[in-house]
Amino acid sequence: MLLSPALEISAVLFTLGVAGVLLRRNTIVIFMCVELMLNAVNLTFVALAQPLGIGGQVFVFFVMAVAAAEAAVGLAIILAVYRHKQSVSLQNMNLLKD
Amino acid sequence: MYATWVLTALLAWPLITGAIVMLVPSRMAKHVALVASLIEFGISVPVWWTFIPGTGMQLVADHAWISAWGIRYTVGVDGISLFLVLLTTFLMPLSILGSWSYIMKRENGFYALLLVLTTGMIGVFVALDLFLFYVMWEVMLIPMYFIIGVWGGDNRLYAAIKFFIYTFFGSLLMLVAILVLYLHAGRETGVYSFGYMHLLSHVATLGSIAWWLFGAFFLAFAIKVPLFPLHTWLPDAHVEAPTAGSVILAGILLKMGTYGFLRFALPFFPAVALHQTVQLIIVVLSLIGIIYGGLVAMVQPDFKKLIAYSSVAHLGFVMLGIWALTLQSVQGALLVMINHGISTGALFFLVGMIYERRHSQLIEAYGGIARVVPLFAAILTVVSLSSIALPGTNGFVGEFLVLLGAFRTYPVAATIATTGVIVAAAYLLTALQRVIFNPLTSHENEKLTDLTPRELAVLVPLLVCILWVGVYPKPFLRRMEPSARALIQQVRPGLVQGDAP
Amino acid sequence: MTGTAVDLIWLAPALALLGFVLNGTLALARPATKTAVSIIGVGVLLGAFAIGIAVFRSFVALHTDAPVVFQYWSWIPVGSLQVNVGFQVDQLSTVMLLVVTGVGSLIHIFSVGYMQEDPGYARYFAYLNLFVFFMLLLVLGSSFPVMFVGWEGVGLCSYLLIGFWFSDKVNADAGRKAFIMNRIGDFGFMVAMFMIFWSTGSLDFGTVFSHAPTAFVAGGGAITAITLFLFLGCTGKSAQIPLYTWLPDAMAGPTPVSALIHAATMVTAGVYLVARCNLLFAMAPVSGAVVAGVGALTALFAATIALKQWDIKRVLAYSTISQLGYMFVAVGTGGAAISAGIFHLATHAFFKALLFLGSGSVIFAMHRAYHASHSHEDAQDMRNMGGLARHMPWTTTLMWIATLAIAGVPPLSGFFSKDEILTAVFARGTPQPAWLVFGGLGLVTALLTAFYMTRLMLYTFHGPNRTGGEERRHLFEAPWIMTAPLLVLGLLSLAGGLLNVPELYHGNAWLQHWLEPISRSSVALLPETHLATGTEWMLVGIAVAVAAIGIVGAWRLLNLETIVPAHSAPAERGFARVLRNKWYVDEIYDALIVRPIVWLSREVLWKWIDQQVIDGALVNGAARGTRAVGWANRWLQTGQVGVYVAVFLVGVLLLLWRAMS
Repeated sequence: MLLSPALEISAVLFTLGVAGVLLRRNTIVIFMCVELMLNAVNLTFVALAQPLGIGGQVFVFFVMAVAAAEAAVGLAIILAVYRHKQSVSLQNMNLLKD
Repeated sequence: MYATWVLTALLAWPLITGAIVMLVPSRMAKHVALVASLIEFGISVPVWWTFIPGTGMQLVADHAWISAWGIRYTVGVDGISLFLVLLTTFLMPLSILGSWSYIMKRENGFYALLLVLTTGMIGVFVALDLFLFYVMWEVMLIPMYFIIGVWGGDNRLYAAIKFFIYTFFGSLLMLVAILVLYLHAGRETGVYSFGYMHLLSHVATLGSIAWWLFGAFFLAFAIKVPLFPLHTWLPDAHVEAPTAGSVILAGILLKMGTYGFLRFALPFFPAVALHQTVQLIIVVLSLIGIIYGGLVAMVQPDFKKLIAYSSVAHLGFVMLGIWALTLQSVQGALLVMINHGISTGALFFLVGMIYERRHSQLIEAYGGIARVVPLFAAILTVVSLSSIALPGTNGFVGEFLVLLGAFRTYPVAATIATTGVIVAAAYLLTALQRVIFNPLTSHENEKLTDLTPRELAVLVPLLVCILWVGVYPKPFLRRMEPSARALIQQVRPGLVQGDAP
Repeated sequence: MTGTAVDLIWLAPALALLGFVLNGTLALARPATKTAVSIIGVGVLLGAFAIGIAVFRSFVALHTDAPVVFQYWSWIPVGSLQVNVGFQVDQLSTVMLLVVTGVGSLIHIFSVGYMQEDPGYARYFAYLNLFVFFMLLLVLGSSFPVMFVGWEGVGLCSYLLIGFWFSDKVNADAGRKAFIMNRIGDFGFMVAMFMIFWSTGSLDFGTVFSHAPTAFVAGGGAITAITLFLFLGCTGKSAQIPLYTWLPDAMAGPTPVSALIHAATMVTAGVYLVARCNLLFAMAPVSGAVVAGVGALTALFAATIALKQWDIKRVLAYSTISQLGYMFVAVGTGGAAISAGIFHLATHAFFKALLFLGSGSVIFAMHRAYHASHSHEDAQDMRNMGGLARHMPWTTTLMWIATLAIAGVPPLSGFFSKDEILTAVFARGTPQPAWLVFGGLGLVTALLTAFYMTRLMLYTFHGPNRTGGEERRHLFEAPWIMTAPLLVLGLLSLAGGLLNVPELYHGNAWLQHWLEPISRSSVALLPETHLATGTEWMLVGIAVAVAAIGIVGAWRLLNLETIVPAHSAPAERGFARVLRNKWYVDEIYDALIVRPIVWLSREVLWKWIDQQVIDGALVNGAARGTRAVGWANRWLQTGQVGVYVAVFLVGVLLLLWRAMS
């Protein structure tokens, strides 16, 4: 049915997410790209649930819950970093290096 | 009834009260901690009578803990661990009382850590499940790390990290060895359990891997003892630790090493332990510890370092006594362990008390203070004499038994070790002279105040023990004897050397 | 339990201990107390002496050869090792008990006067009482460990009392030196105990001595080693070569202490030990010879040093070492000769205590005189004395008695005891010629003894006074509380010989017969000795002649007019200088033993091995190694999240590719 287009879309979305994470410098954009990747995976799960059974759909709920938690924590961290550094650029976040 | 819950109570009570200490106002912390430790001591005292001299474990409590892996909560005491438990509960209130005016910052944390430490130490001595033992071994490590690292002297971080890494290095190897024992026994029987007796009954089939396992246990315990040349963490840790830390470190933590040898390394791997080469190495290292520790102690400018090196010497006697495996030497070693806790503990308390007044633990900062603080001087003299094993004090009975017993097994080594009594007199009396005798040269020392009633309350119980063990050690020896005999028989089957015919 | 006064034996040490506890408490709580301290301190000793007499009388009345042993409590019971706290009352221990408590009482009384002005009065008596307690433990103990408690305990008290005026570094040093050198001896004692235990299975005197003949081969290596180790203990405690150097330094303590501990009682403990173990020494002929030989050598060696000392107490200290050597010659000879040793021990306790207390009176007077004129001259240097006889007639007379006694002038006590020793030694010389050498050394020593003692008396009490004009007006006899004990000791020094008048003079040789049960078992093991009566008389004649030559020689040779006070005296030259500096033994020990050990400990063991090798190279080296590995790999950690993600992606792709292919 629509399995193949759905998987193709999710692959495209996932690649977009990976590219965004790798190439962008703005933390918020990177964050959104991570969400994009998660949702690409969600799409795969939902699509594959049709031939393979309900398990994939169940997993989607887990992923959504984790993504929500991640959004809360991640945005809070970004906010804290911004307060500290007046910037959300990834280049400025290299404290671990020294 | 009492017999079934006492050890569990001894383990749980300090944890609970430790949590309470964190919650009370800062100025109340030490009071609460003192009361808690006194109650802990009170709980432990009846054990003295409940314990019936005889073989086997007593006051045993056994409950399932993590049944999936065969881990149980099993605790019990015998004649070997009994006194170490009592020594722990006895020294804790004194340590807290001794820190009364020494610890001025973050009191809640300090006293809570001391209480948690109590659980860890008692746990090590009573655990009969090797997993529980390992957990307790690590539990005691962390509070001590913070006690040195937070409340210590100027170089405290270096000392704390050195202490931690040194001990941790050994204990991780021990964990591997414990797991190997566990898997081995499990494969043999199909029953996977960390139980002491279970593992003990299947060590005979280990084969050559026993050498590696003994090595791992040896390293863990030898660092803790400490055996030359693994001793260098001790002087640093002692010098930097606050008084209570030094007292507990010397009084109890070091005994975990020798206890480990008695409880695990020897009974688990008798063939390795009694191998000619291993015997030679350990006896030689003990002798080096006795003589070298004494000689190095003699030239220390820092009083606490001097005591630290003297600990190396004392523990050398213990190791010699354990390895000689005669009834006298093993009981002597046990007694030296207790005596060292009492006498060295008292020495550290005394140094701490004078440090609080003068803010120096360098020997040369003092001199002639017997005229200013006669009571302090008198007590320091008695404690020093006990530390150099003057007959009539506790030190003598222990060292005499160790040397006498060891003479049967290693005559030459025992003779060399006996020269340790000369060295001991040399370093401690020299220090004593430079601190309390000689001319009073420093003006700051003229204003010293003598011991307060609180400080006397710390020292008098220790003095009583010094004389008690020195004059009438029979109650101690009687309770140790069956366990010591059983241990020797287990390690070296046949006639126990030095036993009555 | 005998149901007689012997049962009260425990009271004697208990009283002394009580005195220590009370006086010690007073010393800490009320250091200024004097009267109560005197009453307690002297009272317990007199009580102990009374008990000693009662025990002695009842023991005599028992007419037993076997010792009466009391076991009080089980001290160290481990397996076959069963050490009880117990006392043994027998012929030997009762004699020692009486000497210790008797002479001890007199010295306690003397101390009341001597230490009156001292701020540490209570502390002093506490230590003194404690000393008596340990000394009684030493002589009464029924086993080696109990004796060892006393043995080390008296060492402790000696340490505390030598360093009594601890604010002076010299005194504190002397105390420490005494303790450490004693510990070297104690090492020997301990090793001997271990060997005895594993050979005989016990440490009780009774069991050890009854098992010894079966447990050891006479003359074998084991028994020889045991006795030599025991004797090492004796050389420490009784100041014999090579461990004697602490005793002269021990004179830093108050003078009554020198009299009690370092002359009359503690230093004789070694003699007591050899006498107690005479059976063991008899079984090891080599050890017996070593004991006698070392004793003879020490006697002579110390006597040579005494010739050239100026400090009055140091002369007496070397004299004590020398006389102890005499006693060791006797007990080393063994058998019946141990009674001669114990006899000399007792008479020596009388006259040497008298000499020390007399010198104490002199120092007391000198000290007061210098104190009055605010002078800082040395109150113990004989060059500052002279002509004191005019100011202190009592002391002079009594000290002359003691001097004649120690020189061996008949019929004073020292004559009998010294002669007894020489007779026994020469008798042994018939089968074993080595003993003739020892006897010869003894005679030479006797000559030197007479010489240096006369020298001491002449320089101190006769000739012109060198104290100084101002000071001379303040020289007086000491108060009666100090002179009275001297008087008693004077009488004892005069008549002490009555204890053991030999059969040669138709005496009953009481002490010799009394001590027979002690040495009975060893007599059979030793070669039979006998001296003809003519030879004995000849020996007596030689000994008297030697004493006379020494005394008269000193009188004629020493010119009292040429001595100048210490501060303007020239340094000695040549051999006199070697003697003055005690053959440089202290310096040799310091250079060969003490300094190398300290250097080794500090520079090699501590700073090099401990700090550099173990801690520096190994421990911190391991830490540095770990850090170096980390540093070498730090370029991997850029700190840029992007790089991590890229690496991560590459990793995922690699995994996928592996999974696909």
